[in-house]
Amino acid sequence: MPSLRDIRRRIASVKNTQQITNAMKMVSAAKLQRAQDRVLAARPYSQRLRQVLEHLDARVRPDIHPLLAPRDHGRTLLVLVTSDRGLCGGFNGNVQRAAAELLRELGGNDNVDIITIGRKGRDFLTYRRYQMQASYMDLFTRQVAYEQAVELAATILAAYEGKPGDAEDDDYGYPDEDSEAAAGYKNVLVLYNRFGSAVQQVVTTLQLLPMSGHTTTDAEPSEPFDFIYEPSAEAVLDSLLRREVDVQLFQVLLESFAGEHGARMTAMDSATENASEMIASLTLTFNRARQAAITKELIEVVSGADAL
Amino acid sequence: MPLSVEILTPNRLLLQDEVDELNLPGTEGYLGILPGHIAFLTNLGQGELMLRKDGQQRYLAVFRGYMEVNDDKVTVLAEVAEDMAEIDPDRANSARDRAMERLRGGDAQAVDFDRASAALQRALVRLQVSARRG
Repeated sequence: MPSLRDIRRRIASVKNTQQITNAMKMVSAAKLQRAQDRVLAARPYSQRLRQVLEHLDARVRPDIHPLLAPRDHGRTLLVLVTSDRGLCGGFNGNVQRAAAELLRELGGNDNVDIITIGRKGRDFLTYRRYQMQASYMDLFTRQVAYEQAVELAATILAAYEGKPGDAEDDDYGYPDEDSEAAAGYKNVLVLYNRFGSAVQQVVTTLQLLPMSGHTTTDAEPSEPFDFIYEPSAEAVLDSLLRREVDVQLFQVLLESFAGEHGARMTAMDSATENASEMIASLTLTFNRARQAAITKELIEVVSGADAL
Repeated sequence: MPLSVEILTPNRLLLQDEVDELNLPGTEGYLGILPGHIAFLTNLGQGELMLRKDGQQRYLAVFRGYMEVNDDKVTVLAEVAEDMAEIDPDRANSARDRAMERLRGGDAQAVDFDRASAALQRALVRLQVSARRG
């Protein structure tokens, strides 16, 4: 039986923790709101971009473009997106588990190069003794900037196309013919938490490259009217496809960021609730113990009086 | 029949309006778009985007991106776009001065020429647009 003082101390300690979890919940709720707004604000641009691409797809032959053509050999580049900080429930654990499984399936470092975004992914893979090509940490402490997504996308694109070093993507014109021959990767996969709602994040694997999906072969046949392209249909297509990679990655980062705060908010909310329950049960124990102590004292007094 | 225009950046939907005329920088020079324009898709350069509506002109700075014209619907997908009211002329001014300073700087090896001149051009576009505020 713990003493009254022990119980009182436990209650105080749980209350302390509860205050912290409650504060974290509030902060996450505010951040989630902002992150969610950004996810929504970014949506129209990516939708329009995809529409434009689809219009274009119907008219030029997109299958000739190197970013669209499937490749049958080469290594896989895995981009693992996690958060930098913990205390967000299963958010990181879920992607980490999925990453471990995927890596096992693909044959680990022998066949896969890995880039991690977020400290938790790096820590996890380091512990599992995987090699990483690059790991980015503390990229977005406040919010996700489009420029960061562009930079990352440029690095990934350069790796995919097997260009050495220089990650600058030139906006117009195809990459050199020979760079295609020296192509680096079979495909680029992104593993991240898609933002479903504040309480639901869905672990998702996205194939970033080669691109597929917007080849709308079943769409109505290209309309007969003339479209004019400047500088040329091929150059515009190339540049649009590159932009699409940027935008997809941007979307991934925004959603992961929003998901992190959603997950943290949910985790901290239940932690706060658990603390309340614990305080209630500890208070009950405390009162019982107090009652017992009083009763015992009374009995002692009474039996002491009886003895006289 | 007016043109319906949407201007978007990766971060937001900046503007959605019906206008009479649109003028903006393509890769090969400035383009004017009037109602009835042929279907058209182009890369954008950087410069001043002008919208005319009921005789009123409105200016924006745009940097790279795309424009699609299809059936009097104009979609501008800009990497960066700023309304004239949003631009801080002081900031643009000091950005211009910094870029000029770097370009003029003695040690030619140390200066990242491309970056400095790109920064200079951006600053000049911003100044040009913000001067339209009048």
